[in-house]
Amino acid sequence: MIAQVIFIIILATAVYLFAKNAGKVRRNILLGKGINCSDQPAKRWKIMAKVALGQTKMVKRPIAAIMHFFIYVGFIIINLEVLEIMIDGIFGSHRIFSKPLGGLYGLLIGGFELLAILVLIACVVFLSRRNIIRLKRFSGIEMTEWPKSDANYILCIEICLMTFFLTMNAADYKLQLLHFRHYIKAGSFPVSSFIAPLLPNNANSLAFIERLCWWLHITGILAFLNYLPYSKHFHILLAFPNTYYSKLEPKGEFSNMASVTNEVKAMLDPSFIPESPTETIRFGAKDVTDLTWKNLMEAYTCTECGRCTSVCPANITGKLLSPRKIMMDTRDRITEVGNNIDKHGKDYKDDKALLDNYISREELWACTTCNACVEACPVNINPLEIITEMRRYIVMEESKAPASLNNMFGNMENNSAPWKYSNADRMNWTNS
Amino acid sequence: MENSTFEIKVPTMAEMAAQGKTPEILFWVGCAGSFDQRAQKITRDICKILQHVGISYAVLGTEESCTGDPAKRAGNEFLFQMQALTNIQVLDSYHIKKIVTGCPHCFNTIKNEYPGLGGNYEVIHHSQLIQQLIDEGKLKAEGGESFKGKRITYHDPCYLGRGNNIYEAPRKALEILDTELVEMKRCKSNGLCCGAGGAQMFKEPEPGKKDINIERIEEVIAINAQVVAAACPFCMTMLSDGVKNKDKEQEITVLDIAEITVRANGL
Repeated sequence: MIAQVIFIIILATAVYLFAKNAGKVRRNILLGKGINCSDQPAKRWKIMAKVALGQTKMVKRPIAAIMHFFIYVGFIIINLEVLEIMIDGIFGSHRIFSKPLGGLYGLLIGGFELLAILVLIACVVFLSRRNIIRLKRFSGIEMTEWPKSDANYILCIEICLMTFFLTMNAADYKLQLLHFRHYIKAGSFPVSSFIAPLLPNNANSLAFIERLCWWLHITGILAFLNYLPYSKHFHILLAFPNTYYSKLEPKGEFSNMASVTNEVKAMLDPSFIPESPTETIRFGAKDVTDLTWKNLMEAYTCTECGRCTSVCPANITGKLLSPRKIMMDTRDRITEVGNNIDKHGKDYKDDKALLDNYISREELWACTTCNACVEACPVNINPLEIITEMRRYIVMEESKAPASLNNMFGNMENNSAPWKYSNADRMNWTNS
Repeated sequence: MENSTFEIKVPTMAEMAAQGKTPEILFWVGCAGSFDQRAQKITRDICKILQHVGISYAVLGTEESCTGDPAKRAGNEFLFQMQALTNIQVLDSYHIKKIVTGCPHCFNTIKNEYPGLGGNYEVIHHSQLIQQLIDEGKLKAEGGESFKGKRITYHDPCYLGRGNNIYEAPRKALEILDTELVEMKRCKSNGLCCGAGGAQMFKEPEPGKKDINIERIEEVIAINAQVVAAACPFCMTMLSDGVKNKDKEQEITVLDIAEITVRANGL
């Protein structure tokens, strides 16, 4: 009875804290500007099913794809087991699904065990890729202490959770063989039966280990849940809405700024009156709140895998730009803005901005807008949109484009071409 | 290398309109195609193809103006929209329905970004036109230079490939040659940029270890290609510079899809 009460308190606290912190992330995301990307729902569901659920963009790197698939499927399917654990915890039952499910139960538990061992293997492979083989993709200027530790913590936590799960089953299996108390014959244990010989033979010790692992497993899961909002691992949830709200236009298409259209039309035709007078807004983005909520959602979705940076032509050739850093900086800045709101109220302004304090101009001007980063992202994040918005701010609000680009603008205005050629010579190519 | 026996006649829209004629298609030449010496050759070759298959076409001539692509990618949305709205006015005044461009940047901008500003046209890139003509049997690879035995590779321009998912059309023009098409390690959706996009063409690169076009040419050298096929005037400049930089002008030729088609057909 006491165990049930403790369990319910822990569960309720965990869910409450998670909801609170996830709510903060949601609030932060909604500090972004409005944008409508809910059109064509059928197409959007399809993209989400393909990219997030089906992980189609992961396969470009087969080893990572297979290992990630183990962890992903393990996560989703082992959640069925968590459901049973929850019910057992609340009602004080033991393996409540075993009777109603009959033979299927054995199959399920056996399946969970096989997945658990695959998850374990995948986590070990991932850890060694990061810490022993030291793949280049996992380093870079933005991969400082915290992002590196974050990745290792996630993998270690998952290894622990799987170990608790398998040890719990091993003890249970041994207790079943001893016909001890309520440990009725239930489930099949293709993996943990190999761990069983390592455990003591004493029934009371076994029961203690089984209970201990049960508690560690479930409290570990709840603690992990609460770690998510602080971690790159939040992608397991945000990958779904993020792919749903994907850009549907061709990648080459950049948005036309409606606020500019009104001004340009008024310039070309003085009698033009815009349909709805636009409020005075900033052109482009200086800080995170000038970006759209979709840009900010993407920042929280990023799991720092570095596929974007590893294919970025600027980064490959040693320039400062790293698309992953663009996303991480955006996330860190919007989190900072959110924390400021929590501490000092919603009108508080610090003297920092995304531009210069986080992202330098050198990074922004190194981009070739080639869309390689956008193509590479397994969850359809678009770092290029943020880069473009920031360039727009630098050019249109500050007039601080590099001198050579200002020359190009001047040529285009005066000669209708980006080079200094007279427009009268446009047909010279016909006289070879 | 240019074959001077083929005389090209290029009507302008203004001339056509004065005669009360409407061409089937407008050839949007683009700034590079108009002014850049190397790209001018490609422009002439596109005209040769159009003439060879008997498509009636015209150009805007001095009425053409930059699409605004480099301004937009550099963040100057004002200048882009000024260019776009001016161009749309000109295009609409001639009731243009169909456009072929010689540049993936012009193609992308007119096709994707002009509709939102009121300019709606059917836009194709010249590699798509060549593919259509091959499919219709109007273009073959006969009567001209043989590419037999040459190792040819194709460099995907970002705004054709990833930007608009056009990977097969330009390859079609190479597949009909009696030759070996070899792919670079980074090709199609993984293709590496030449380094010129996003207005980089008009500025010095940021400090780094090497230039992007050098990285790309090293990939060409690695697969021992003798011909690099391009489909974008900016890529053409960057790849040619890369070849020069590596002192490989004797071993590697950079040719546009249109030039290869013209050569293979002896136009």
